[in-house]
Amino acid sequence: MIGFEYMRATDIADAVQKIAGPGAKFIAGGTNLIDLMKENVEKPNRLIDISRLPLNKVEETKNGVKIGALVPNSDLAYHPLIEQRYPVLASAILAGASAQLRNMASTGGNLMQRTRCAYFYDIATPCNKREPGSGCSAIDGLNRMHAILGTSEHCIATHPSDMCVALAMLEARVHVAGQAGERVIPFAEFHRLPGTSPQTDTNLAPHEIIAAVEIPAQGFAKNYTYLKIRDRLSYAFALVSVAVGLEMEGDTMKEARFALGGVAHKPWRDRAAEDALRGKPANTESFKRAADIILKEARGFSHNAFKIDLARRAFVRALTQAARGTPQIQSIKKVR
Amino acid sequence: MTQSVEDSVPAPVKVPVALTINGKPTQLTVAPWTTLLDALRDHLDLTGTKKGCDHGQCGACTVLVNGRRIVSCLTFAVMKDGAEITTVEGLAANGSLHPVQQAFIDHDAFQCGYCTSGQICSAVGMISEGHAKTAEEIRELMSGNICRCGAYSNIVTAIQQAMGKP
Repeated sequence: MIGFEYMRATDIADAVQKIAGPGAKFIAGGTNLIDLMKENVEKPNRLIDISRLPLNKVEETKNGVKIGALVPNSDLAYHPLIEQRYPVLASAILAGASAQLRNMASTGGNLMQRTRCAYFYDIATPCNKREPGSGCSAIDGLNRMHAILGTSEHCIATHPSDMCVALAMLEARVHVAGQAGERVIPFAEFHRLPGTSPQTDTNLAPHEIIAAVEIPAQGFAKNYTYLKIRDRLSYAFALVSVAVGLEMEGDTMKEARFALGGVAHKPWRDRAAEDALRGKPANTESFKRAADIILKEARGFSHNAFKIDLARRAFVRALTQAARGTPQIQSIKKVR
Repeated sequence: MTQSVEDSVPAPVKVPVALTINGKPTQLTVAPWTTLLDALRDHLDLTGTKKGCDHGQCGACTVLVNGRRIVSCLTFAVMKDGAEITTVEGLAANGSLHPVQQAFIDHDAFQCGYCTSGQICSAVGMISEGHAKTAEEIRELMSGNICRCGAYSNIVTAIQQAMGKP
């Protein structure tokens, strides 16, 4: 790890002022940033500690619930408003990381965490995300964990978050602040696909700070699931995960929303597949038809082509769980 | 881009940090990049807290910060200025082992012992969080603590004893 200057921000305006200049970074929970600093992937010359800013409340708003950027992941998962009204978000959070890391990691930091692609972490290998223009080692390398949707010839990394998959499905909005003032970014536009600039993970402007994440009133508390398929049953990143929210009218899906994790550079949504589900009976045939739409353009690489079929099966299983009202429980590993 | 950033790295400036460690107010002066783990082990000789992976993946360095379990390798000591830290050395009280420590002995919940202080601190944190009731829930909420010897079944039994379950 290289040295850096450490300072604390006193409020958002102060944080935004202190972050100006090259090489400065915000630190809150630190669980991803410090790890990357130890690997010399991140080399900030200045760390602005925002962990003491008063952004740690979960509160009801006119339109839903607003989550302060510094609310720890564990506090959010066990918050009564989230447990009762947005159980899919609680479930997704508890499917990620370990209890210790969830106690440390912040809401905003979860959005800002970087890919766990082994080549991104290994500074001895080319990586367009770490060093633009150096090439992608994963495309012809070990790519079992990598993306099958929305990839580019420059990067096939996945976004590692579970929480963000649920937030994408819930159509959260990200409240950010910068020197130009405040703005709101719809969740679908927060993270980017790699395209020709995989070094840029999000559409957060340089020197902007996340202040809060707001989730709309519709929480799908009755018919939902977060199904995560991984190599071991706990404390592992997703091969494929699915967040689903349904609004049922008898056996018909009046509203259907989903997002996939572990398959792309961002939580993956597909409006056409949601349209295909809406108004249809909740049965395997409808689910399979939607899965075909989602995976039409999917492309596998040397070690991850299995994810295409895995995503199809996980999607059908997740929709089945949600429609039946029998969501996946994260402590009981049996998939039902 | 990285070149200019590296060129502008400031000379090390040490920072004062005040921590209450196992009930004892403690002042130290460390470089800002000193992790809480390194501060405990290398600056305060509290070597009960172990360094396993140093990347937040094994849980050996688990301590309680203001009562919450965290991995001390992924936080800088300076960020915890003013906090109360409890390490495995601070769990016993009045000459008696903490119930979790006693339960680990009663149930032979370790083999080599390297992960044990992290397992014990993590279990203490988990019990006070209050979300684990069943053995399955204990296993899930202790999954951040890896035991290379595979003492998991006895660890679960020990934690159940400490929780007052049969």
